Amino acid sequence: MEMETRMKKRIRVEANTEPSESPFEALSEEILFLILDLLDSNPLDKKSFSLVSRSFFAVEARHRRSLTPLRPELLPFVLSRYNSISHLNLTLCPYLSDASLSSIASLLGPSLRSINLSGSRSYSHRGIESLANKCFNLEEIDVSNGVELTDEAAAAIGRMSKVERVRMGRCKKVTDLGIGCIAVCCPNLKLLCLKGCVGVTDLGVALIAVKCRKLRSLDVSFTMITKKCLPAIAQLPNLEDLCMTGCLGINDKALVTLKQGFKSLQALDMSNCQNISQASVSSILQKNPSLHHLNLSYCSPVNSMLSGLHGVFKLNSIKLDGCHVSTDGLKSLANSCISLKELSLSKCSGVTDEGISVIVAKHKDLVKLDATCCRYITDLSLAAITSSCASLVSLSMESCTKVTWEGFRLIGRHCPKLEELNLTDTDLDDEGLTSLSQCQNLTSLKIGICLKITDEGLIQIGRSCPHLQELDLYRSIGITDKGVSEIARGCSNLETICMSYCTSISDESLKCLSNCARLNTLEIRGCSLVSSVGISAIAARCCNLSKLDIKKCYEINDAAMLSFARFSHNLRQINLSYCSVTDVGVSALASISCLQVVTMLHLSGMSADGLAAALLMCGSLMKVKLHVSFKPFISPVLINRVESRGCMFQWLNKPFQVQLESSEVWKQQSHDIFVE
Amino acid sequence: MCMKQIIGEPGIDLSSDSKMDLKLTRNSESFHKPNSSNHNLNSFNQASQYFPNLSPTNFLSRAENLQQNLKTKSTNSFEPNLNSGMATQNPPLDWDPHAMLSNLSFLEQKIHEVQSLVQSIIDQQAEFSSRPSELATRQQLATADLTCIIIQLISTAGSLLPSIKNTLLSNNPALRQLVNPDFNNNLKCEGLIRNFPETARNSEYEDLLRNLDNEADWMKEPNPPPQSDIVDANPIDEHDLKESDDGDAEREHLPPGSYIVLQLEKEEILAPHTHFCVICGKGFKRDANLRMHMRGHGDEYKTPAALAKPSKEPGSDAHPVTRYSCPFVGCKRNKEHKKFQPLKTILCVKNHYKRSHCDKSYTCSRCHAKKFSVIADLKTHEKHCGRDKWQCSCGTTFSRKDKLFGHVALFQGHTPALPMDEVKASGSGQGNDDMTEDLGGYNGNFASEECLTSMDVKGIDESRAYFSPMNFDGFGALDEFGRGGFDLEDNPFAFIPSGFGQRSGDS
Repeated sequence: MEMETRMKKRIRVEANTEPSESPFEALSEEILFLILDLLDSNPLDKKSFSLVSRSFFAVEARHRRSLTPLRPELLPFVLSRYNSISHLNLTLCPYLSDASLSSIASLLGPSLRSINLSGSRSYSHRGIESLANKCFNLEEIDVSNGVELTDEAAAAIGRMSKVERVRMGRCKKVTDLGIGCIAVCCPNLKLLCLKGCVGVTDLGVALIAVKCRKLRSLDVSFTMITKKCLPAIAQLPNLEDLCMTGCLGINDKALVTLKQGFKSLQALDMSNCQNISQASVSSILQKNPSLHHLNLSYCSPVNSMLSGLHGVFKLNSIKLDGCHVSTDGLKSLANSCISLKELSLSKCSGVTDEGISVIVAKHKDLVKLDATCCRYITDLSLAAITSSCASLVSLSMESCTKVTWEGFRLIGRHCPKLEELNLTDTDLDDEGLTSLSQCQNLTSLKIGICLKITDEGLIQIGRSCPHLQELDLYRSIGITDKGVSEIARGCSNLETICMSYCTSISDESLKCLSNCARLNTLEIRGCSLVSSVGISAIAARCCNLSKLDIKKCYEINDAAMLSFARFSHNLRQINLSYCSVTDVGVSALASISCLQVVTMLHLSGMSADGLAAALLMCGSLMKVKLHVSFKPFISPVLINRVESRGCMFQWLNKPFQVQLESSEVWKQQSHDIFVE
Repeated sequence: MCMKQIIGEPGIDLSSDSKMDLKLTRNSESFHKPNSSNHNLNSFNQASQYFPNLSPTNFLSRAENLQQNLKTKSTNSFEPNLNSGMATQNPPLDWDPHAMLSNLSFLEQKIHEVQSLVQSIIDQQAEFSSRPSELATRQQLATADLTCIIIQLISTAGSLLPSIKNTLLSNNPALRQLVNPDFNNNLKCEGLIRNFPETARNSEYEDLLRNLDNEADWMKEPNPPPQSDIVDANPIDEHDLKESDDGDAEREHLPPGSYIVLQLEKEEILAPHTHFCVICGKGFKRDANLRMHMRGHGDEYKTPAALAKPSKEPGSDAHPVTRYSCPFVGCKRNKEHKKFQPLKTILCVKNHYKRSHCDKSYTCSRCHAKKFSVIADLKTHEKHCGRDKWQCSCGTTFSRKDKLFGHVALFQGHTPALPMDEVKASGSGQGNDDMTEDLGGYNGNFASEECLTSMDVKGIDESRAYFSPMNFDGFGALDEFGRGGFDLEDNPFAFIPSGFGQRSGDS
């Protein structure tokens, strides 16, 4: 794609010399649209495209359907250029006034089909009303996090009669009345998210179920609903996805007394419903034969979730995170399900080798298995898993400390399709890592807190896993520049790498990693050898960099900030605590137009005035973490002003602590905490 | 206690004029000796037929008369023998020349009818030989007419000589056969069912009938007649039917229920008083009040026995559970309804009838909108009136949120209305459109936040000036507001401010 663009650029240069006979004028709009269809991966490509010529510019403007603006101030100009936008994502605009929404409504009018306002809290129902009045083709609206929105806003959404998907999570002031307006006026509603709408009760949800018969997906997580609305929900003919996370009003009685099951339900999420137990589970499964996905995470820490299951279920995926699961429970699950594809037993107590063996022996199609923190499983389980589940794609065995190198060797030998592997906090060593390098399809490898691994193993991974996109080496202290440079050479698709507290890492690693052009997340917390030289190399060559954690990289100074300001236009989130950055660096950082989250604790070189200037300058900030000692030195007027733009301040009072703990000590401490 | 087992109670059929005359005379004559044959309240329809002719005085006297009847009957229900005893004691009062005359003329007419019928059979005898079924039909008709005449004759005479008719009819099996319900069905005679003949001790006439179609015989009839019980305005047919209907009804109610169905008349239901003084005619709501009143009429009413609460009649314990029917034909609470649901007590009957079949004459003094036919309902409402905070877009208000949501769920297009203060706030949101137009005029200058906020405020202020709060008080205003949101008819491009075109042109 880039080649194509570069070629065009070159041609453009030639074209400019002979403007009258530009070959591009001959290309029809359809052809240009086809080219543009293929340019989706990199946003910068389209920019280059539109700069080719005046007609290319116009064609690109006409072609664009979705837009994610970084700043709301320029919206009128942007929208007057792209006036056929149908999907507008405003999540990156923390400050959206009613007037902005009015102007958006006026400019886009009926062409707007989807709008996402979930990043802002500063608009009110009046803005939504202007959208409702003018954008009457709107099909999707997301007003999540609008904690100040009232029933009036819901009523305004109700006036969008064509709306099909409404997300209003955390709209805490919306009550049944507002939901009632939506229910009555939006007969086409297919998706509704009421997550965390604590003002909504059974009445509103039941009315939704009565009026919106086309509803396919309903999220009533963290609301106060009880069994009263369940019969109405069960009557919905098309409901496929129901999420009731954290509904404490739902108990065994509600589910057991429910006369009929949900008609067409496929996915049910009941995680964190702490008042349900094994009785509900069997009732749900028996009444809903078409259920494919069931999430019972953190439902009941005491009862054994699966004991006494009878019947035949079509379940594909079941999540039992945090529940007590006995061996008998797993046996009955294995016997009653036809074909399990995904099983999550993360943090389940009571999981044994026998239980795992029974499951995998019966369900050989298992694709995803999560056994995080199942501390009692050993190599026996791994032998069973690897011998039966050849199609395993994702395996998580974080903190399974009893598994030895024998087990890892089996994974490498028998699971060639493995793409995601999490072996954080295990006894993995170089030998194991070498055998894991046989899984050549790996895209995500998490081998943090594996104190035994060294460059030797990592080099093998770098040589044989070219598809790796995510690598986590958190506190794997045996890793040095040598291993990382091999990874950077072999895994050019790398997007995320975490090397926090790998204290041997230096600028050399970063220089090598700068070859990975897709890198967007870099965590090198506590790598005290890294200096501005290395990080500037990253900034200059990894233009997609959006998340950066350089806490306690004491050598990094203003020079790095200046190169960020110059190159990293996509930087959204940065943590530069303890760095040697001064006012100059901070104000340079503030010039990055889309910076949203900044953590600046214990910056010795930063003054209150410098901070104030940076805060004023950086208009896109959504969240700033600062040390509480700065608070008295910044005028409340300034704080109010920044807050009114949609920025949140978080004043922390962490003690200044330069010394790094050794990773061995840290690991021992964290294990002690767990045992307690 | 004051129930009157009107169901199937026969009445003499009179023209409305003579009937009214009768009432008036009877009213002046006596209060304490009613004759059930002098009033015809069996059917709601008939009663309502008479009403247009009633002058206020007529109505009053009629009502008193009714009350009088009521009173006597309630007494009868306690003391079944009292009635006949009183009847024999005071025959002259019972004998009404007008009624007698009308009865006799009816008999005359009926005899003529039968005469002509028989004559026609004789005349067409040749034709009937080929169609025997038609002949049989004619014969049945004649027999039924004769039966009718006999019964009418007996009842007429019976009003004079009540003691005779028992022996006369009960010992005559032929006569009993004649009153077979099947005949009545063939004749298409329609009338009210009397569900429970044992309770029909109200009058001599009913006594007679009870003896005529004595319980057991009728219950053993093999074919239960269909329910053709719509009240017919034809007085003759109705009269014919009543007797037999007793039997029909008895069988009808037996299979489903172990309960007796009683039906009060409209007038009884609506009567303000249910207990009447037999001496002066004053009405009371409670029996106890009447007893206190009676003390003033003489020492015989001051005895402990007279003042004591009348104990239940011993025989009544044997009665099955009693339920009530609404006299309004077609009502679900009417016993002729297919899915009849009986009413439990007389109070239920009264409240049901007033609520369902009467005008709502009591208006709430607070909201002047809600009307009630039962005064207790009004009082209950007035307690809560003005506190209804849950409102629907149709203007209906509810005191409870779940009631509102039930209403909204039931009706298409009704939405819960937001509280008034919020609606006013949204009214200022309408002004928002003006604000947008202003924005258009700014030609994109609105990037700066100061500008936006100031305009925001301006928009609100303007709207306050434009829309007086009065606009949003009525529901009409609400509706308009709602419609504004759904107005899709307008040209979509009309929304785009005029400045927009220029701006896009510039870029």
